Amino acid sequence: MAKLKLSLNYPGRTLDLGLGISISQGEEVEAPDTIEVNNALAQGFLEEIKEEKKAKKGEIKEGNEVWIFAEQRNGKIARVVFELLSKGRELADKLNVRLAALLLCQKDCGSNELVAYGADKVYLAENEKLKNYKTDFYTKIITDLIKKEKPQIVIYGATHIGRDLAPRIAQRIATGLTADCTGLDIDQDGLLLQTRPAFGGNIMAQIKCKTMPQMSTARPGVFKLANKDEKRKGEIINVKPDISEKESLTSVLDVIKAAKKRVNLEEAKIIISGGRGLCNKDNFKMIEELANLVGAEVGASRAVVDAGWVGKDHQVGQTGKTVRPKLYIACGISGAIQHRAGMQNSEIIIAINKDPSAMIFSIADYGIVADVKHFIPALIEELKK
Amino acid sequence: MNFDFTKKQLAIKKMIKEFADKEVKPYAAEADQKEIFPAEQIKKLSKLGVMGMSVPRKYGGAELDNVSQTIIMEEISRACNATAVTMGAHASLTCHPIVNFGTEEQKQAFLPKLASGEYLGAFALTEPAAGSDAVNVQTTAVRDGDGYIINGNKIFITNGGKADLVCVVTTTDKAAKHKGLAIFIIEPKKTKGFGLGKKEDKLGLRGSNTQELVFQDMRVPKENLIGGVEGEGFKQAMSVFNSGRIGIGVQGVGIAQAAFEECLKYVNEREQFDRKLHKFQALQFMLADMAMKIDAARLLCFRAADVKDKGRKYVKEAAMAKLYGSDVAMEVTRQAIQIHGGYGYMKDYPLERFYRDAKITEIYEGTSEIQKLVIAAELLGRGF
Amino acid sequence: MDIIVCIKQVPDTTDVKIDPKTGMLIREGIPVIINPDDKAAIEAALQLKANGKITVLTMGPPQAEEALREALAMGCDEAILLCDAKFAGSDTWATANAIAAGIKKIGKYDLILCGRQAIDGDTAQVGPQLAEALNLPQITYVQKIESNGNKIKAERELEDGYEIVETKMPALLTVTKELNEPRYPALQGINDAYEKKEIKCWKAADINADENKIGLKASPTMVKKVFSPSAKGQGLILQGSIKEMAHDLIERLKEREIINKF
Repeated sequence: MAKLKLSLNYPGRTLDLGLGISISQGEEVEAPDTIEVNNALAQGFLEEIKEEKKAKKGEIKEGNEVWIFAEQRNGKIARVVFELLSKGRELADKLNVRLAALLLCQKDCGSNELVAYGADKVYLAENEKLKNYKTDFYTKIITDLIKKEKPQIVIYGATHIGRDLAPRIAQRIATGLTADCTGLDIDQDGLLLQTRPAFGGNIMAQIKCKTMPQMSTARPGVFKLANKDEKRKGEIINVKPDISEKESLTSVLDVIKAAKKRVNLEEAKIIISGGRGLCNKDNFKMIEELANLVGAEVGASRAVVDAGWVGKDHQVGQTGKTVRPKLYIACGISGAIQHRAGMQNSEIIIAINKDPSAMIFSIADYGIVADVKHFIPALIEELKK
Repeated sequence: MNFDFTKKQLAIKKMIKEFADKEVKPYAAEADQKEIFPAEQIKKLSKLGVMGMSVPRKYGGAELDNVSQTIIMEEISRACNATAVTMGAHASLTCHPIVNFGTEEQKQAFLPKLASGEYLGAFALTEPAAGSDAVNVQTTAVRDGDGYIINGNKIFITNGGKADLVCVVTTTDKAAKHKGLAIFIIEPKKTKGFGLGKKEDKLGLRGSNTQELVFQDMRVPKENLIGGVEGEGFKQAMSVFNSGRIGIGVQGVGIAQAAFEECLKYVNEREQFDRKLHKFQALQFMLADMAMKIDAARLLCFRAADVKDKGRKYVKEAAMAKLYGSDVAMEVTRQAIQIHGGYGYMKDYPLERFYRDAKITEIYEGTSEIQKLVIAAELLGRGF
Repeated sequence: MDIIVCIKQVPDTTDVKIDPKTGMLIREGIPVIINPDDKAAIEAALQLKANGKITVLTMGPPQAEEALREALAMGCDEAILLCDAKFAGSDTWATANAIAAGIKKIGKYDLILCGRQAIDGDTAQVGPQLAEALNLPQITYVQKIESNGNKIKAERELEDGYEIVETKMPALLTVTKELNEPRYPALQGINDAYEKKEIKCWKAADINADENKIGLKASPTMVKKVFSPSAKGQGLILQGSIKEMAHDLIERLKEREIINKF
């Protein structure tokens, strides 16, 4: 039975496959033979995932590699790199080429790990001047490497470093760069198909690159983490960086770790809101505790503000504030229009309510039918682990 | 006939709309509830040069054309009417007589401070016995040596209790009736005999300061008589009100527009009988009606401003603008509460404030009845 | 300090709507604004300039003139519009080439300020690409700026804090809208912008732009398709015991890097 995934054409978030199975964007499911599945296939909402033939050793072409920039900060490889290695592996396998990681650091801080997570090769440049990211040094080393080895694809995490570095490289070698990709695939011509949001996420665009290498920065948290296989073997190639005599044009005077500043509701990235389902003022404190744990702001429904459990400046809704955070968690809120009007444009909405027919579920990306007084403590416990 | 704004007018509209939405509108409800004077907003408007929008550039003003000034008044009124009337009484009522009738010395002495917002202005005409019957002013100004002694009181004066400069309408010769009026520039903080009376508790525009002024043997230098000649006061006051009428008309438009925008939002959100309100024809008819009337009122206001900009007589046009603008404000705000049903009646929603704010536009700066007399006089060729 | 500020006029995407029938963006009637990050760049320039001159520059269609007037009204001294059909369809690389050519024609400057990213393209690429094309040191994600003789000191935002970076001028900085509160253009500024200040319009030939490096044909990347993201509808109802659902939810949020724990 073929594995299926939702095609990009499907306008919803999940699709019912019958037999109590449903599939969400980004998931792969063994296809049951149901009417729902066959209809969806016919309409083009479901796609079969073509089994890739595992290339035999001898079939892999040398050169034209797929590269992942292995960003490290303070000697620790960023999490996004391991997500990109899994996507990179998929792309390299489709193209029958090798997957390599680029690690620039003071001293090797994880080339073995990169191999374990799927890299066939690691280009390792070690120098004390590379300990902290520097635009000019990193740009020089990577462009020299690209000119020498001529990879066909280079992917960077769309992090502060990645989005500072990749455009500089792209300009220097006069190639195309696509920013903040949420989808990467190989099309029938063997070229990289890059999918990314634009207009503030209101539309999706598919981009192709006419030049080599094709470069992208990819959004963290979108691609699945690669599987770790300690037994994997890979080649570590030492690269001698040509920066020994140079001084960087910029100097980093200090690095400060700072907690995110307390921000007002309209600018918060995460809002956790409490409603009447919490039953009393004491229980509302759970919302504050949860918010502190994840660096969120506290929101509230009107009922709860009127009851005096929290101040009016936390009120979200028609007579309160209108917010559009990245994540909105509605706890024990029914979701009547007076509240929905103030938060329905949030990027991701999670609803927790013990009434399965509560209106809030109609706009939630993830719903939990449970008593909020029991669920929040469970969430807090899970986060503290 | 060109119904479009110029690029510069559009730039002004864009700036003031953004300012009104961010810096003025969020504070309007509280200002109304707690009667908070919009001092912060006036300070910010001063920085933008808005308080000097009617003052010529050589005295530090922005010298905007009347259409641009009308644009500004509409946007501020849409956001908060306490702020709008505070601004209007200063920029329109107080600056006008000095700009148009003041001597060069008076302009140089007072306009720069008014333009920068350093001074807040007020215009004092109304008295217990002088409302629509403006000529019946009882406040007297008697020549005494190098100055005048003024006695009397003024009621219902916008900015009265906060002003740094007040234009006071007096009579120097009661027998001469309308040929006996004279307007004096008073700086309250520097003038003995200037006193404040009762601060009014009002139905609407509750953040605006409306107060009684009391003059007891108040001495004023003769240099402060606007224009330097006695007996010009009535003509000057009528000019002030003609000009100010366009602003009040567009204030009505701004209030109506604010109410209307709330309705548009509401009918897209509320559901009854399994459908959103905007699916009901009754509501579609109401919205169509409101939109048309607001637009018609707005066009009357901008037409009057345009005629004034072209230097022609605009008395009838200004009266029509104020009359219809205040009419529409009343009708639209009433309808807006109705559309919101029970919610419209509750102070949590702004509709009831718009309804209360609207009423004064039918009364001050010439009641609607006076406007009708003015228009009729223009039609029938009789002086008013 | 003589400063060049690069800005872009963009549709106000916070209020953008999707046509329910076609699933595509409704572009008519959307107001245009100066990109918010770029407005912060203008404000930063106004605060840094001292006795210097600020030139504001944009590459765009003729209506971008309105954005330049607003920048002039805020207090910039001169404005340049790079306007030519030859620039149309440029991706970020081609855009950086065109703007670099424009800046080379301006000649002398101490600092170039750009917004970090535009709210329509969302790439954040033109700033660094421009710095490379002009061979300048760059500091991105700037949340605070201080000038220090012939050096610039800036706080550069990181995921978990910030770093303090210093560089010699001339340099290019990209700033975020958190940097400052841009001033409103005062009425006198608007008067000056529309009556006294000049906007120069330069075509590709005026700036000696290499025609092989600008416009649609020269752009290395191209848009193949545009479509609407999946609409918000009935989402996924998590299953299991309370403990299981809590675990599932946290894992999903970590995956999407909304909760940062690794």
